Amino acid sequence: MKKVTIEPVTRVEGHGKVTIHLDDNMNVAQTRLHIVEFRGFERFVQGRPYWEAPVLVQRLCGICPVSHHLAAAKALDVIVGAGTGHGLTPTGEKMRRLMHYGQMFQSHALHFFHLASPDFLLGYDADPAIRNVIGVAINFPELATQGVLMRKFGQEIIAVTAGKKIHGTGAIPGGINKNLSIEERDALLKGADPLNIDKMIEWAYSAVQFFKDYYMKNRDFVDNFAYFPSNHLSLVRKDGALDLYHGVIRAVDAEGNKILNDVDYQEYYKYIEEEVRSWSYMKFPYMKHLGKEKGWYRVGPLARLNTCDFIPSPLAQKEFEIYKAHTQGKPNNYCLHTHWARLIELLHSAEVIKDLLNDPDLQKNDLVTKGTKQKEGVGLIEAPRGTLFHHYRINDDDQIVMANLIVSTTNNNEPMNQSVNFVAKKMMNGQKEITEPMKNAVEIAIRAYDPCLSCATHALGKMPLDIKLFDSKGEELDHYRS
Amino acid sequence: MKKTLIYGYGNPGRQDDGLGARFVEMAEKWIAEERISQIFTDCNYQLNIEDSAVIAEYDTVIFVDASVADVNKFKLEKVDPDNASIEFTMHAVSVSFVLDLCQKVYHKSPETYVLHIKACEFDFIEALTPQAEENLLAAFEFLKRFIQQI
Repeated sequence: MKKVTIEPVTRVEGHGKVTIHLDDNMNVAQTRLHIVEFRGFERFVQGRPYWEAPVLVQRLCGICPVSHHLAAAKALDVIVGAGTGHGLTPTGEKMRRLMHYGQMFQSHALHFFHLASPDFLLGYDADPAIRNVIGVAINFPELATQGVLMRKFGQEIIAVTAGKKIHGTGAIPGGINKNLSIEERDALLKGADPLNIDKMIEWAYSAVQFFKDYYMKNRDFVDNFAYFPSNHLSLVRKDGALDLYHGVIRAVDAEGNKILNDVDYQEYYKYIEEEVRSWSYMKFPYMKHLGKEKGWYRVGPLARLNTCDFIPSPLAQKEFEIYKAHTQGKPNNYCLHTHWARLIELLHSAEVIKDLLNDPDLQKNDLVTKGTKQKEGVGLIEAPRGTLFHHYRINDDDQIVMANLIVSTTNNNEPMNQSVNFVAKKMMNGQKEITEPMKNAVEIAIRAYDPCLSCATHALGKMPLDIKLFDSKGEELDHYRS
Repeated sequence: MKKTLIYGYGNPGRQDDGLGARFVEMAEKWIAEERISQIFTDCNYQLNIEDSAVIAEYDTVIFVDASVADVNKFKLEKVDPDNASIEFTMHAVSVSFVLDLCQKVYHKSPETYVLHIKACEFDFIEALTPQAEENLLAAFEFLKRFIQQI
């Protein structure tokens, strides 16, 4: 068996590599995405007072600290007896929602303009030196400006809701520690053009139209790139609406049948198991009742638009209907349609942000809910990349004695492997050398999931591209490094 | 004095990776005590594309970062725009990339430096190592002198 190794993956945070195993006939026999996961964080928080967790978890990752901050706070809401979701005061819940949808908005905008749009605008086969946001800035300056300012707008929402950019303290067990002042609200609602929410909605809408236009011109490529059926899992609101902050766990299979029917996430451990495989440090979650082989699932934008019944904001709902019509209402299993789903969520996030900014509850002062303390709590949230699980248990001295985190990228471990395997078989069969299109295809497949390997691995570091090709005896045939 | 931004970055929850954030705290205190009007600060976990809009507002920008390179305590480096030095990490870009994007999008070219401060450990600890503390103090004293010259 021959082996191709790609390590680490470019434009993905953390450390990872891809090995493609070729058989004696030079055909792809097996492909694996290896992640060097460091699970020390769960042990690190043990012994710490529980109320520190929402700030401590931001040490995990500088990319999505808001998601960890909020997931931890939601778990601790249960521990302080505030319950979940509507257990908080209206101001508490809505401030957190504003923070979260601000995070969604900036993260999705970044992914589209910084990562996805260079591929669409400049071509998947373009020179990597120009296939980036700089290339977009040169050739499509208006789009690049939009990307920069949409990201900036989202960051400003985070700053005013979390309190500061680094180690935000906005969410605390049972609520929040600040409301939104009139000045802060007006800066976001009526800021000088273009930094106001109406312009953000306009730009988000344009981004969806951009993708649809690209899709119509490149339908064969988009539809045939890494298509494979899978299960899909996410939170949904109790009435089936898309809800990125709170809900129940729903999973559907590739045909749309419900395989987890709106279960309470406090009992996630009854339904979700994590498998360890010898060749990867990152675990492989699956639904227990379906087993390891059939129980794996996708999370993230594609999954969320497959599990929800509707989107509770008008512009995004209209786009959702167009999107769903493409698959006749059935789950969408097209890997690259993840970009389309992500942009619909971008538009939805902007609409939700506007509704929240117009809500007078955000200026009220009833910030925290208290109740009877519990020993254990689970917090789930739909992070930009998918469902994020935080689970804590405390002792009589209020110290954390157990922590379990399942991050979005870990949930997508098997689907990413499936995607890489799909493109490798399509492009590497019979190949003796690592070609640029092959390298690009592997990256595109992984990038569609917007993985945060920093989150999954808790690693710091840069990500050059390294590809190695081995023959059936383990001899290195080719080596590419960016 | 030119309108100057001191911008620290890194994760203070990862021990010496917090050198940039600690530097900015010290700078804010100094600016307040000395009532300096033309020097401003900013701070974040890492740099990203929106920072091109931030730096476009200034004449001079000094980024402050923890360094694992072979430097003695600290090192000031002048930065030129460079689109080839992209760190392909998912959500972080380099100083030269930010500067290049600033030029392309905003047609501005602030004089840009990176103050690298030697870091030692990156554990899940919210405190600097003693050696990093020493390096931080030395770097800060240097910056106070340097900033008078720009």
